[in-house]
Amino acid sequence: MDITNLTYLFYGYTAAFIVITAFVLLLVSRSRRIDRELTRLKAMVEDREKA
Amino acid sequence: MREKATYLLAVLGALVMIYNLHVIFTGLPDDALQGMIFRIIFIHVPADLVADTFYTVALVTSVLFLAKKNFLYDSITVSCIEVATMLILVNLVTGSIWGRNQWGVWWTWDLRLTTQLMKFVLYLGYLIIRPAIAEPTQRATMSSIVAIFAYADVPLVWMAIRLPNVRTNHPSPVLGNGKMAAVYNAPFGMGMLALLLIGSALVLIRLHQETSQREIDSVRRELHAI
Repeated sequence: MDITNLTYLFYGYTAAFIVITAFVLLLVSRSRRIDRELTRLKAMVEDREKA
Repeated sequence: MREKATYLLAVLGALVMIYNLHVIFTGLPDDALQGMIFRIIFIHVPADLVADTFYTVALVTSVLFLAKKNFLYDSITVSCIEVATMLILVNLVTGSIWGRNQWGVWWTWDLRLTTQLMKFVLYLGYLIIRPAIAEPTQRATMSSIVAIFAYADVPLVWMAIRLPNVRTNHPSPVLGNGKMAAVYNAPFGMGMLALLLIGSALVLIRLHQETSQREIDSVRRELHAI
């Protein structure tokens, strides 16, 4: 077995999964931020309508 | 309903990916010339093909937005382009690592590699510049035009290894011409399916974010009006 070859194969798949995972984490973080913002704004609208 | 469909796609994609990795690493013989490293093809090529599928969807929805001015098309465009650009990054990184092993260099300014990098930069530019336009209709219109022009690079990448008299280091096409051993077809197809399912789930999540963002903009306008 060619270990150099195996090492690069490992690097390749690891790099691919790092990119995909980083993108998923970015999406999750953005979703949370958007949900928080939407909830905050809706609460502000309700407060202003009451006032 | 959409949330359930998204999770279903993501879970199915992950399961197909895990099963396929098991097959790739334990059930396939090494390539006679490349040894083990050839297995990178099962993520490198599907990442590009799935990305091109999403870029094609983005092209169609960009044209539809310009024709109908429906913001749903703009949301689909940006969602597809964001996920596809991430997949192109996967393609470039895995290709570079394969190149370092097989060619001895991380990068070469070969026609195929250069046009692929151009594709990545063009669509990354789309994603970076888009938020700079504040007015929604103007933003969606300009974005659609940029997305249509950027797509011109997609067939260029495809042709880069098919044109006559073009010297390239990149391997010649192996799909659909019998040059790839039949035993590799199933894992290749499964690789495509896994990334297509995962990519579609990510596009749906991104689409939901765009819808929520439009709702935020609408609530902000309402607040200003009160």
